[in-house]
Amino acid sequence: MIAPFLIAYLVVFAYPVYKMFALSFTDAPLIGEGQWVGFGNYVKLFGQKLFYTSVWNTGYFVVLTVIPNTLIGLGLALMVVRLKGWLQSLILVLFFIPYILPVSVVTQIWQWVLDQQFGIAQHIIEFFTGKRVSVFRDPVWAMPMVALVTVWWTNGFNLLLFIAGLRNIPQDYYEAAMLDGATRLQCFRRITWPLIWPVTALVLTLQLILQLKIFDQVYLMTEGGPFNSTYVLLQLVYREAFRLNHGGVGSAVAVMLFLIIVVVSVLQYQLLRVRER
Amino acid sequence: MPGKTIGNALLLVLTFCIACMWAFPIYWAVVTSIKPEQEVVMKTTFIPEVFNFSAYYFALFQTNLATWYLNSIVTSITVTVVVIVISVMCAYALSQIVFPGRKLLYGIILASFMVPSQALVVSQFVLMHRLGLINTWGGIILPQLIVPVVVIVYKQFFDSVPKELREAAKLDGCGEFQILFKLYLPLNWGITTALAIITYIMAWNAFLWPFLVTSSENMMTVTVGITQISDAFGVKYARDMAVAILAAMPVAVAYLLFQKRVTQALMLSSGIKG
Repeated sequence: MIAPFLIAYLVVFAYPVYKMFALSFTDAPLIGEGQWVGFGNYVKLFGQKLFYTSVWNTGYFVVLTVIPNTLIGLGLALMVVRLKGWLQSLILVLFFIPYILPVSVVTQIWQWVLDQQFGIAQHIIEFFTGKRVSVFRDPVWAMPMVALVTVWWTNGFNLLLFIAGLRNIPQDYYEAAMLDGATRLQCFRRITWPLIWPVTALVLTLQLILQLKIFDQVYLMTEGGPFNSTYVLLQLVYREAFRLNHGGVGSAVAVMLFLIIVVVSVLQYQLLRVRER
Repeated sequence: MPGKTIGNALLLVLTFCIACMWAFPIYWAVVTSIKPEQEVVMKTTFIPEVFNFSAYYFALFQTNLATWYLNSIVTSITVTVVVIVISVMCAYALSQIVFPGRKLLYGIILASFMVPSQALVVSQFVLMHRLGLINTWGGIILPQLIVPVVVIVYKQFFDSVPKELREAAKLDGCGEFQILFKLYLPLNWGITTALAIITYIMAWNAFLWPFLVTSSENMMTVTVGITQISDAFGVKYARDMAVAILAAMPVAVAYLLFQKRVTQALMLSSGIKG
C-alpha cells in the first residue's frame, strides 16, 4: 500500500535531493555528464558579486514582507473577528480571494494597476511624489512594490490563521476583564496578545520559509532588474542552470538556498520557543 | 451604551472600506476587461460606459487559451486524483499496519517539509529529460505528486478512528484495501474533499515547474501560457485583463463553491485544527 507513494517519493523527490548535492560538485551542463570539481562551484559562487546581490535582495525581500504581512494579518483579523454572520463571510471573501489567484494573474493585474501611463495607482503615487513612477523600472521602488504585491496576494492566508486563533480565545476572559474595568488596550495586551502568540509564531515561521523561496513574482514583474536590484537566489538558480547551461553551478546555488532555509527555520523555531516560555 | 454602538458602527464601516480597497484591483481588472480598448486608456471610469466583450472573444478564439486550458485541466485533475490516492494509501499503512521501518518512514516524510521543492528544479529537470518527459503532460505532473502534508493530515485522521472498527471489519473478512476504501475513506470524506480542492487549486496555480518543463506553446498550462500573450501581441489592457480573468476562473469558482472546505484544508495543513 505504501508502494505507489514510496516509488513516486524516491523517483521525483529523494533522488533529485541526492542529485542536487551530487551535481553541485560537478561542472555538468544542464543536460549531460560533468567532471568532479569538488567545491569549485562554491568557490566560484563566493567570488561572484551577483551571488551576494541575490542573497542580499532575498533578505531584503524577507524583511519587507514577513513582519508587515504578519502584523497586517493580525490587524485585519482583529477587525474582521468582531463582525457577525454573512457580513463577516463577505468581508473575509474580499480579503481572501487574492490568495487563490495564480501568480501570473496577480502580476498581470498589478502591472495594469501600476502602469506608468494609465495605471490607476499612479494617481496615489503622483499625489505623494508629484510625478508618475515606472515602479518596476526604478531600482528604489522595484523591490518594495514586489513586496507590496506579495503581501496583497498572500495576506488572506495569515488572516485566516489569525481569525481561527482569535476564535479559540474564550469570551469569558474578556467579560471578566471588562467587569474589572479593563480598557480595550489592556484587554489586548493582557489577554489577546499572549494567547495569540502561538499562532503569530506559526505565521512568522511559515512566512519566513515561504518568502525565502521568492521567484515567480520577481521574474514576472521585473526579471530581476532594474540593475539587478530585485535579483534573488532562485533566479540565480534559473539563470545558471537554464540560461547559461551550468547545471553544476545552478545546483550549488540551490544547495545554498536549501541550507539557508534549514538554518533559518531551525533558528527561528528555537527563538520562538524560548519566547513562548 | 450609545458610545459603544457608535464605535462598533464606525469600526464596521472602516473594516468594510478596507476590504473594498483590498479587493479593488480585482474589481478594476474585471471592469477593464469589459471596456473597449479606447475607453481603457482615454479616461478613468469606474463603471464601463459601453459593455464590450471583444477582449474575451479575442482571448478565447485568437490565442492558444483553449489548448492551455486543456493542459491545465488534464494535469491538475490528474495531480489531484493521484496525490489523494497514493497519499491516502500511504497514510493508512503508516497509521494502521505494523511493518518494519514504519516510524522511520514517517520521520522521513515529516523531514521532507524542510526541503524546498523549488531548490530541486534543476535535478528534477535533468531527470525528466532522461525520462523523455520534457514538454509532456507526464513531465508537468510527476514532480507535483509528492505532497507530504496530505499524508500527514490523513494519518492524523486515521489515527483517531477507533481500533474496534478495523478489527470488526477484519473478522468479516475484509482485506486492507476494502477497509480503507469502504470504511476509512468514507468516514473521512469531508477531509478528502477539502484536501482535493486545495490540491487542485495549488496544481492549477503552479507556475515555476510548468514554466521550466514546457517550452512549446502547445504544452503550456494556463498560468504559464498567459504570460506569453503580451509578449506576442504587445500590451493591450482590456485583452490582458480578460485573459487573466479567464485564467483565474476555474480556481475562483472552485473557491466560491467550496469556501468552507478550502479554509478547512488550509488550516489543517498548517497544523491548526479548525
